[in-house]
Amino acid sequence: MARIRTLEMRDIVKDFSGLRANDGVSLKIEAGEILGLLGENGAGKTTLMNILFGLYRPDGGTILINGEEVVFRSPRDAMQRGIGMIHQHFMLVQKHTVLENVALGFEKAPFFFPLRQVRRRLAEFSYRFGLAVRPDEPVWKLSAGEQQRVEILKALIRSSDLLIMDEPTSVLTPRETAELFDILKRMSGEGHSIILISHKLDEITRICSRVQVLRKGKVAGEAPMGEVSAEDLARMMVGRRVADSYPKADLPPGRVVLEILDLEAQNDQGAPAVRGVSFEVRENEIFGIAGVSGNGQQELVECVTGLRRASAGAVRLLGREITGLSPRQIHNRGISHVPEERIKFGIVPNLLLYENAVLKRHHRQPYSIRNIMNYPAIRRHAGDLVKSFQVATPSIYSPMKHLSGGNIQKLILGREISADPVLMIAAHPTYGLDVGASEYIRGQIIARRDRGGAVLLVSEDLEELFMICDRVAVMFEGRIMGIVDPRSGSFEEVGMMMAGAVEAAGGEATDAV
Amino acid sequence: MRFESVPRAGTSRVLEILAPALSLLAGLAAVGLVFLLKGLNPLFALGEIFRSSFGSVFGLTETVTKALPLILVGSGLALTFQAKFWNIGAESQLLLGAVFSTWVGLTWGPSLPGPVIVPLMFLAGFLGGALWGMIPAALKIRLGINEVISTLMLNYIAAELVKFLVVGPWKGASKHGYPYTDDLPAQAILWLFPGTRISPILLVLAPAAAATLTFLIFRTRFGYEVRVIGENREAARYAGIDFFRTSLLFMAVSGGLAGLAGTGELTAIHHHLSYPDTLSAGYGFTAIIVAWLGRLNPLLVMVSGVFLAGIIVGGDAIQMSLGLPAVTVQVFNGIILIFLIMGEFFLRNRIRWVRRTPRHG
Amino acid sequence: MADIVFSILVRTIAAGTPLLLGTLGELITERAGILNLGVEGMMAMGAVTAFIVTFGTGNPWLGMLAAALMGALMASIHAFVSVGLRANQTVSGLALTMMGIGLSGLWGKPFIGKPLAVKMEPLAVPLLEKVPFLGPLLFRRDPYFYMSVVFGLAVWFVMKHTSLGINLRSIGENPRAAESQGVKVRLYKYLAVIVGGMAAGVAGAQLSTAYSKSWIEGMVAGRGWIVIALTIFSLWEAPRAFLGAYLFGGIFVLQYMLQPLGISPNLLAMLPYGTTLMILLGYGFSSGGRRRMHAPAMLGEPYKRGEV
Repeated sequence: MARIRTLEMRDIVKDFSGLRANDGVSLKIEAGEILGLLGENGAGKTTLMNILFGLYRPDGGTILINGEEVVFRSPRDAMQRGIGMIHQHFMLVQKHTVLENVALGFEKAPFFFPLRQVRRRLAEFSYRFGLAVRPDEPVWKLSAGEQQRVEILKALIRSSDLLIMDEPTSVLTPRETAELFDILKRMSGEGHSIILISHKLDEITRICSRVQVLRKGKVAGEAPMGEVSAEDLARMMVGRRVADSYPKADLPPGRVVLEILDLEAQNDQGAPAVRGVSFEVRENEIFGIAGVSGNGQQELVECVTGLRRASAGAVRLLGREITGLSPRQIHNRGISHVPEERIKFGIVPNLLLYENAVLKRHHRQPYSIRNIMNYPAIRRHAGDLVKSFQVATPSIYSPMKHLSGGNIQKLILGREISADPVLMIAAHPTYGLDVGASEYIRGQIIARRDRGGAVLLVSEDLEELFMICDRVAVMFEGRIMGIVDPRSGSFEEVGMMMAGAVEAAGGEATDAV
Repeated sequence: MRFESVPRAGTSRVLEILAPALSLLAGLAAVGLVFLLKGLNPLFALGEIFRSSFGSVFGLTETVTKALPLILVGSGLALTFQAKFWNIGAESQLLLGAVFSTWVGLTWGPSLPGPVIVPLMFLAGFLGGALWGMIPAALKIRLGINEVISTLMLNYIAAELVKFLVVGPWKGASKHGYPYTDDLPAQAILWLFPGTRISPILLVLAPAAAATLTFLIFRTRFGYEVRVIGENREAARYAGIDFFRTSLLFMAVSGGLAGLAGTGELTAIHHHLSYPDTLSAGYGFTAIIVAWLGRLNPLLVMVSGVFLAGIIVGGDAIQMSLGLPAVTVQVFNGIILIFLIMGEFFLRNRIRWVRRTPRHG
Repeated sequence: MADIVFSILVRTIAAGTPLLLGTLGELITERAGILNLGVEGMMAMGAVTAFIVTFGTGNPWLGMLAAALMGALMASIHAFVSVGLRANQTVSGLALTMMGIGLSGLWGKPFIGKPLAVKMEPLAVPLLEKVPFLGPLLFRRDPYFYMSVVFGLAVWFVMKHTSLGINLRSIGENPRAAESQGVKVRLYKYLAVIVGGMAAGVAGAQLSTAYSKSWIEGMVAGRGWIVIALTIFSLWEAPRAFLGAYLFGGIFVLQYMLQPLGISPNLLAMLPYGTTLMILLGYGFSSGGRRRMHAPAMLGEPYKRGEV
């Protein structure tokens, strides 16, 4: 089959139960190009690419390869025409080895003993493109960067001419990102074309030869990289100017609220995840924790909230030891928690909004009195939350699952703030939300701080941390690499720490390759 | 051309009632098909079932007799199913209830007056079922043992235990050759409405239990926590809910209610412990369908309990008249349950035709 | 003494064979991410079907074939409900068991107490049967035994060394990853459930036309549930399925051996069920993490395609 010289999508339309995700989108790419597909979350980038990869079928529009119309009924069809896709969440079987993952669904491998042939090919391709992987390791033992290399190899071995990459850098350290970009350049040099989905402007400007911006399911603009500025792109993406910082009251930090001393904890696999972490959070302070996810942030938060047992060290709240208490006891002492993966942890999708409005506080007065739920009080509270935190919902009687991500998060945040906590912990509170909702949530967190609250904010979004935090600690492999003042510190400094490059300079080689 | 399913944005009240009702009809049609394959006239057989259970005063009283244990057990199952804890062991929790109350009745019955011994026996029945029910809860929460397997294994063990008791150590001196214990003393036996097998005590107890359970599930903190566990275990952990305590408690309640049903069967109907399949007409299993058909709401369980009791009574009747085995009722149970969960799908999804070539599968 | 050991082993193998067949079937099903709790019902239907067909035709091979088809038919109901409609697999499996027990009782009633004229007779394997001790033990058995062993080896080989096996295992772990590589996830799931049903049907056939030669209502007696437990015990690997099946076969034999000692038959009848609990208990105490490591990650989770 002829290689892909040009690929074109024309007037693609896709509806999801009444919602138009793609509205007449067209796109064109030629061999050797790296096309940046830019847009906010929910702009329709991923939907468009899933259509190109045959996962969804468009409700309208056509796809042409080398000028000839093609119809993809499944990913198999797309792969046969030389299209490969690397999803944001890797499509890898964690328990299986690298080889088994590459062999999955690989039609050119023989039926019997497929791994033998896959091993040969894998060696060949990883040499040619400089992609080092260990073929017999189970995937769960690999770093995010290495898992991504497995995904790229999977696509290359299936002779993909066009590679779609969905937010490829979201799980990478800055150094791994640089390595990835080198690989992409080498691939484009060999005539592969690449579509890079991102919402990060700087990445797009660094690597892409051309950029196309989507907004609300439509094409908002398209240009060769040299002809537009980052500001232009930002405007196309959001449709208005973004606030680049948030006003904060000038308040000196108050007394110490949370104190963490030499904390150690293990992850689910029993490997050390938090390795001797110490810091404190004060009143009138937003203390940020930066770092690529998977470096112990989750375990740290779980230790503080009682969801995980620390193996050593201490957690103190207002000077009193809370290490090892149950989640309920810790909540009762005044820690509230906006959890990461809000739908998985923070709400009960099938229960109604008002029932969700008291989750975790349902055992306290006035919401339950002597073990009987006080639903009138609960409904009043839910009504207040909906009003004061601008939750868009038909009513408090709606099942929680019918709310959008942003409104779910507003309710959770409202629920946790309204508990008037001594300390509020928020993990990735704006992840996956649109600009409007993110701004609102950041504003609420700052308001909490300005009223004397202490906030521990875990985020992967450096910009966000720099915009709203008073101090930012950087976690890498279970340790705190340093604490930075956002007013004086630089992005680059933090980026280096996130990659483990400051403390470990010359010492441990941290990136396993 | 092919089908495609689209999730519904919301479900209407009408549909909530219509879906199970239609599933039930479809299920009955499938049962008719089974009769047809067996060489019987399906309309006649199905008609016969409902005529004998709902078509006469005697039939109705028998239906009520069997509805009472189903409502007791089904209300308890609604509670555990709310937590997505699949208690398939109600049958043995019922048996253990009967065993405990037999022991109390035979040991203390002769020396205590009725108003004392009867409540004691019910208490013992509740305790027996509750203890037996708490075992799988503990095994699941502490050791991660699948509750379906553990409750089923406990069913077999309890059944053998009862057999062992009635042919061995507890075999009645007055029951030559029969696998029974001695009869309970007269004051330990419930008064029945004349000409029926309905005891006024059970007639009050079952609906009262259903009402209490409704309150428990939908109005108390415990019920709230049970529903949170059932709908999202991770969120339950986040919310600080104690799985161990809560699971022990709901299995104690569910097992206890099954135990009460066992006491009821013993004191109102049989008057002695006997073989497991004599003691219970598969109530523990039929109650699974009762709970499901009642949409895990004990108030609706009262309706579905009567309906399935009717099927048991009708099933018994056609067994006699058409010479079918006792397990025939299981055919109804299985088929109706399958159709109910299929109906669930159509409640949650709209089906539409898509005029395109099929993708695959 | 050697005679007694020999006879115990022979009976262990006979009692273990249906468990092995059933466990292998459930293992395949669960590897595709589908939990089928209907094994008890499918075995009952297999047993009654094999019996009726063998009774009618005088050919136990036809009985076996019919049982396999019946198992497939029952399993395809579960496949439709759990794969096609993404319904709750626990409830669907329970319903299947109820249906199987009920229908087998209904259809088998006229045959209760009628012995088969012919049952599945042992077949000697030429040459190998001459090996001392092992020959008569392993190579003069009935075809069900040979089939179960070959099936077990085949399952092991296919899972480990073929692309089919890699795809199937991946589906139970991460169906989206498989789908994204163009694997027909739903087709695999359907087929795995149906093959599992066929194995359960054949396991039932062994009970009514080889292990014994009569049909008794409720003759499966919880073996279907033991199979579910054995699947956990096997850590979803065929070699350990052999171990578990023969271990339990031995317990069924032990039950009869202890009877002359004057222990109540009812207490002895608890043995297999009690042992099942004990084994799960042992797993729970010693290596809960290990067990969870091995279980297919998406077991029992409904899968909807296209939700990436």
